[in-house]
Amino acid sequence: MTEKIDPDHQEQHIVGPPVYLTIFVALLVLTAVTTGVAFIDLGVFNPIIALAIACFKASLVVLFFMHIKYSSRLLKMTVLCGLFTFMLLMTLTMTDYISRAWGMW
Amino acid sequence: MDSHSVATTPGELVGGVDPHSHPSFLRHHFESVGQQREAASFGMWIFLLTEVMFFGGMFCAYLIFRNWYHPAFVAGSNTLDITLGTTNTAVLIGSSFTMAMAVYSAEMRRRSQLILFLTLTIVLGFAFLGIKAVEYHQKFVDHHVPGPNFSIQEFVHPSNPRAIPLSPDMAQKTQIYFSLYFAMTGMHALHMIIGISLLFFMVWRASRNAYTEGHIMPVENFGLYWHFVDIVWIFLFPLLYLISRYR
Repeated sequence: MTEKIDPDHQEQHIVGPPVYLTIFVALLVLTAVTTGVAFIDLGVFNPIIALAIACFKASLVVLFFMHIKYSSRLLKMTVLCGLFTFMLLMTLTMTDYISRAWGMW
Repeated sequence: MDSHSVATTPGELVGGVDPHSHPSFLRHHFESVGQQREAASFGMWIFLLTEVMFFGGMFCAYLIFRNWYHPAFVAGSNTLDITLGTTNTAVLIGSSFTMAMAVYSAEMRRRSQLILFLTLTIVLGFAFLGIKAVEYHQKFVDHHVPGPNFSIQEFVHPSNPRAIPLSPDMAQKTQIYFSLYFAMTGMHALHMIIGISLLFFMVWRASRNAYTEGHIMPVENFGLYWHFVDIVWIFLFPLLYLISRYR
């Protein structure tokens, strides 16, 4: 194991106020955008756009406020594994509901 | 002083440095401060993933019921105050920013700045809960709390000219929307209350220099929790308030 890839012996990357401020402003702008779009009739695209913006906002929080962009591969993989498992459970549940006669779809 | 971090007997000097000397907050089963931090972050993320699954179950229920009783969910969603909802989103994002700045202050070892940002996070947390309480109160006034006093009047004979009147049995299904609304925002609010309690404790500890001498891990991990609660709201806001607006 070389010293370079060993997270146990690395200095913690310190994220500074300029990054935090940029993300804060970006999140506020995206909140304004998603609220504005809610009043425009886009049919099926309304929920899709709203959720896409929400996912983007959540990614900004995870990457910068929660430091995942600057974290070790272990933590990056942990987050991805969690999201993957969550998506898996949601997809399996939805396939069950959609494919049965009991549903109202 | 941390009982688990008492140094073992001083050994021989290696290169003029006592190999057993280490910061007081480094627990003896860790090799380095970096390793301790990595383990703590890893553990915190595992906990947050269980929280994802906990809230995920409610989001899944919301998705299924929304598709079954879509007209009821549209009608229920439009009774929420979008101005208060958007304001609350901004307040919560602001509290995440102040929390991120608190972590930065601890890293920079600035005690008064750390206390300031932790206190600002508390203030914004209370602002969020205050606005939420106003919204909950309105629901009680309107008889839109699921249970024996629930009124379907507004959904069968809507006062909003753009609203589509619902049949009485579909109007009853708005109770499912409000049940999910109270369950999801209520659990979110409970997480905020727990978070604010921890923040009070951390302000007290910070005033005693607990986090400004290199041991920032509690602040950092609490920050992860607070940002997670923010992310839950980032998804609750569009699902409950935005996607079913009358246009």
